[in-house]
Amino acid sequence: MLKIEDLRVSIGDREVLRGIDLHIKEGETFILFGPNGSGKTSLLMTLMGFSGYTVTGGKITFRGQDITRMPMYERARLGIGMSFQRPPTIHGLKTRHLVQMCARGREINPETLAARVNFVDFLERDINAGFSGGEIKRSELLQLMAQKPSFVLFDEPESGVDLENMQLIGKVVRRLLDGEVDLPPGACAKPLKCKLRTSGLIITHTGYILDYINADRGQVLFEGHLCCEARPRDILEHIRSFGYQECIKCLNEPSGLQPLDLTRTAP
Amino acid sequence: MNDVNLKDFAFTGIERGEIADLRTLDASDKHRILHAGVDVDSDAASAVFMHMDQSTVHCKSHDPGLELLDFNVAMKRYDNLPEYAWKLIDRDKDEFTKNVAENTHGGYFIRTKPGVQIEKPVQSCLFLKADNAGQNVHNIVIVEEGSELHIMTGCSTAHGSTHAAHLGITEFYVKKGGKLTFTMVHNWGENATVRPRSVGVVEEGGVFQSNYVLMNAVGTLQMYPAINLNGRGAIARFNSIIVTPKGSHVDTGSRVIMNAPDTRCEIIARTITTGGTNIARGHIAGHAVPCRGHLECKGLILGGGQMLAIPELDATVEGVDLSHEAAVGKIAQDEIEYLMARGMDEAEATSTIVRGFLNVDIMGLDGPLAKAIQEQVEQIDANAM
Repeated sequence: MLKIEDLRVSIGDREVLRGIDLHIKEGETFILFGPNGSGKTSLLMTLMGFSGYTVTGGKITFRGQDITRMPMYERARLGIGMSFQRPPTIHGLKTRHLVQMCARGREINPETLAARVNFVDFLERDINAGFSGGEIKRSELLQLMAQKPSFVLFDEPESGVDLENMQLIGKVVRRLLDGEVDLPPGACAKPLKCKLRTSGLIITHTGYILDYINADRGQVLFEGHLCCEARPRDILEHIRSFGYQECIKCLNEPSGLQPLDLTRTAP
Repeated sequence: MNDVNLKDFAFTGIERGEIADLRTLDASDKHRILHAGVDVDSDAASAVFMHMDQSTVHCKSHDPGLELLDFNVAMKRYDNLPEYAWKLIDRDKDEFTKNVAENTHGGYFIRTKPGVQIEKPVQSCLFLKADNAGQNVHNIVIVEEGSELHIMTGCSTAHGSTHAAHLGITEFYVKKGGKLTFTMVHNWGENATVRPRSVGVVEEGGVFQSNYVLMNAVGTLQMYPAINLNGRGAIARFNSIIVTPKGSHVDTGSRVIMNAPDTRCEIIARTITTGGTNIARGHIAGHAVPCRGHLECKGLILGGGQMLAIPELDATVEGVDLSHEAAVGKIAQDEIEYLMARGMDEAEATSTIVRGFLNVDIMGLDGPLAKAIQEQVEQIDANAM
C-alpha cells in the first residue's frame, strides 16, 4: 500500500530523514517509536506533503502511484488521511462545516459521527478554537471518520489526553483502523472486514495507544534512521526497560538494522 | 480619486415611472440587485420599496402594522415631519447633505405601529440605472415603542461600469424597547461615487443592529454612520464585511455614542483588500456609566492594496469599559495546508478560510442573499490569485 524507498528529507539546511525504507501493506497497522526530535513527525509531514519538508532523495509510492511530489490535496483524495497533533484554529469555520467538507460530497450525518466521539456540542464551534488536547483528538478523529481515508497517519494520538479521553480515543482509532462498514443484512462480517481494514502509520512516544489497538509491526526511528524492527509490544517493553540509548548501540552495529536482543533482561 | 465634483453628475431630469410589479424588471437589473440582496421574485417581504435614478418607482406595504411612504409624500402628509426630518443630521453638514436637502428625489419613510413585531423584512432597493445620474435620497425609519423591524436594503448600479453618484441621508429612531435590524448590501461599480450620511437614536431598552456588506468594486465611498444610545440599557451592534478590489477607495466606519447608563455596543469589521484602499474607522464614546463597548477590526491584504485601521475610544467619565482590537494580517499557510490535508485544493481552502474570516455567518442571513455573498467570496479568491 505504502512504499518508502531511501527517503531523504531536509528542513532548510538540516537533514531530518537520512534514507528511510519502509513498506506498509494493505490493512496493516505500523507503529513508529522514537524519542523527541528523531524525525517521526517529519516523516508524517513528508508523507502528507507539507511545505517546508524538502525531499532530497528517494521515492514514496502509494497504491502503485509515485506521490513523492504530489500536492497534498491529491494525496488526500487518493486516500491518505492525517490526524494532526497541533492543528491551527480557523476562525469562522464551524466544525460542522469542516466535517461536511471532509466528506467531499459523500452523504454523511455530522451528528451521528460526532456522537461517536462525544463531540456533538462542538459542531457549532469554530474549528480548534480553544479546544483542549482531548478535544483536538476527538475533532481530528471526527474529520477522519467523515473523510474515510484508506491509509491513516496518526501523530501521537495519546499526547495531551487525559485517561478518560484516552479510552474513547483508543476505541475510535481502533474502529477507524478496523474499517467501519455498514453491512448489508445477512452479510458475513468477517471476510468483508479483512478486506476493508484501513492501513495506518502511528507515531508514538509513550506507546499508550498499544493498549487499545492491534499493531502489526513496529520500528524505532532514531536520528533520521529506522532501526530495530520487532513486534510493537516487544519494542515498547525494551524501550521502557532500557530507554532509547540502546538504539544508538544498535545503529552502531555494522549491518545497521538489527533485531532487538530480547533475551536480555532489564537491570 | 477622493475629490468628488457634484457637477459631474446630473441631479435633475432622470425621472422614472412607477413599476407596479418589480418582477417585470429586466433580467440584467434583477441579477444586479440580487447581488445587493434584493430578490424581487420572492414574496417574503412585509413591504417593498424601490427607488430608481431620481424617482420612487415602487412603494407598497403588505403589513397593516407597517407604514411605508415615499419620503416626499410623507413630508407633505405630515407637515414636513418636524420631529424626524433633519433632526439628527444637519442639512449644512457638508456639500452632500446640502445637495440632498435642496433637491430630495425620494427615499423611504418607514414607521411601525407601537408593540407590533413585523415578521418579514422590509425590502428596499436604491438603484442607479442612467449613466451620469446623481441620486439624492432621504430615508426615515421609526421603530415605535416595543416593536421590531428588519429592513434589508440593497443599493446597486445597473452595471459595473455605470458612472453615477448616490447621496443618501438616513435617520433612524428606535423608541423605547424597540428593535431594528438594518441589513445593507452595496453592489456598486468602479465608477460609482457613494456618500451615505446616517445617524440614529436608540431610546431606553432599544436595540439597533446593523449588518453591512460591500464586496464589489466602488469608485469612492465614504460613510461613518453614528448611533446615539440615549436611553438606559440601549444596545447597538455593527457588523461589517468590506472587500476593496483594485481601484476602490473605501473610507468607512461605525460610531456609537453611549449617553446613558447600562448601554452596550459592539462594532465588528472584517475587511479584505485585493488591491484597493480601505480606511477602516471605528469610534466608541462612553459618556455615562456603567457602559461597555468593544471595537474589533480585522483586515487581510490579499494581493496588494492599502489598509488603514483607525480605532478610537473616547471616554469622559470614570468607570467606562471600552476596548478595541485591530489587526491586519494574511492567510496563514498552516491553515491552508490543514484544509488541503482534508482534500481541498488551494483555491477551495483559501475560499473556506476567507469565508470564515469574513464571519458571514454572524449576520444570520439566508436565502438568495447568503448565496450571493458566497458567490462573491469565491470571486474574491479568483481575483486575488
